[in-house]
Amino acid sequence: MGLLNLFYSAGSKVQRLPSGSLTVDREGGIVSSTIASDYPPVLLQKIVQDVLRLFREARLAQLPFSEISLTFASLQITARELRGGAIIFLSPKIQTSSTPTN
Amino acid sequence: MESNHKILLLDDESDLLELYQDILSRLSSRPQVQTATTGARALAMLASQPFRLLICDLKMPAMDGLQVLAIVRRRHPELRTVVMTGTEDEEFRSRAYALGVDLFWLKPETQQNMQMFLECIESLLSREVDHGFRGIQSKSLIDLVQMECLSQSSIVLRVTNGSSMGRIWIHCGELTDAAVEDLVGEEAFLNILSWKSGTFETLPAEPDRSRTIFKPVNGLLLESAQAMDETAGRMEDGSPRQREQDRASRRVSALVQAGAEWAVCLPSGDARPVEVCGTQSGEELAGWMRVACEACRSLSEQLNAGPLGQLRGVHAEREVLLLPWEDKTFLVGWQTGVDAEHALEKSKKIAFSWDS
Repeated sequence: MGLLNLFYSAGSKVQRLPSGSLTVDREGGIVSSTIASDYPPVLLQKIVQDVLRLFREARLAQLPFSEISLTFASLQITARELRGGAIIFLSPKIQTSSTPTN
Repeated sequence: MESNHKILLLDDESDLLELYQDILSRLSSRPQVQTATTGARALAMLASQPFRLLICDLKMPAMDGLQVLAIVRRRHPELRTVVMTGTEDEEFRSRAYALGVDLFWLKPETQQNMQMFLECIESLLSREVDHGFRGIQSKSLIDLVQMECLSQSSIVLRVTNGSSMGRIWIHCGELTDAAVEDLVGEEAFLNILSWKSGTFETLPAEPDRSRTIFKPVNGLLLESAQAMDETAGRMEDGSPRQREQDRASRRVSALVQAGAEWAVCLPSGDARPVEVCGTQSGEELAGWMRVACEACRSLSEQLNAGPLGQLRGVHAEREVLLLPWEDKTFLVGWQTGVDAEHALEKSKKIAFSWDS
């Protein structure tokens, strides 16, 4: 089996999908998080900013959402509005029974 | 003892006035029929004594029928009004109904037409004072049936289209029967709905009428819309406006059938217009849809999360579902509490039938 390791490149690992929850304030600052610490902060901020923007723009369109749920092919993002901030749940759609966290 | 209803006939042709005075006097309710040859005279008579019904010509010197009707509607909102004219003009018909007339009728030329006209007059005279809005314009027969069913009405709709006359029976908001010429039941109902224009009259309910239609009205309306769509596809001579109205009717039917409140369709690319059904806030909603689409696209790419299946938003009054569909994106409004799976399936059906 060790032969296969010859073809494995440590530098080309596939980015895992985030799993867990995080609470953010109205400015997008992360107050608490259960997301794996090795998940890129840039991508986490991207999720946070987009979710807050969706809530904000929806209010302008007379849709004051209390909850938004985005269903991608392999990831579910559910966000509940919290006084301008939000609590965001990230759930990868993985068939295995458990998701490793570091 | 209750006195007989009074009818005021207004026409500048005195010969016709005499003829109609004679005919209307013989109605079974034995109304008192008085006449006027000018609008000013008619207004003076209406001010001096109570009338139940005004029958008015359109083309008259000095003050035409529409001017008279505009004044009458303001001064005597309870007065029933009928336009009887020799002018077959859709604009006049539309303007008359916009003024709230109860009936617009071309001067009868055949005995059958005359009989139908007299029945309508008798019905207007005998009907109790009703509540609600007068003057329905720019509404299709599908809209009308939907409104009556949604309001749980019990009525008979009499619909005329040229020399054809059909009846639709609605009891407690349920479609129970229809008849036109030799057809009855569903076949008759679909036949009547295929008429592009005409006039309608609501008659008292007939609760003892045998029921022949058991399908839900929304299902039949959808069938009708599909049939009209197929017909429109075969016919090349339909005007763009008519086609647009037909498409709008089909979309409303699809929404009602699904139980949704409204839908907005955002085509890809800014050049194509947003299409809206059932809401006045189409542009606002489309603005948010653009933001949402852009956010989801970039999230999908950067997170490698795969394509967006749906976006669901919930607030106190409503739930909305954003659904990418082929080269379009749909936003469908639902009542709060709708089952998520149900909303998704029905939203897909709305998207599927949007352009069909």
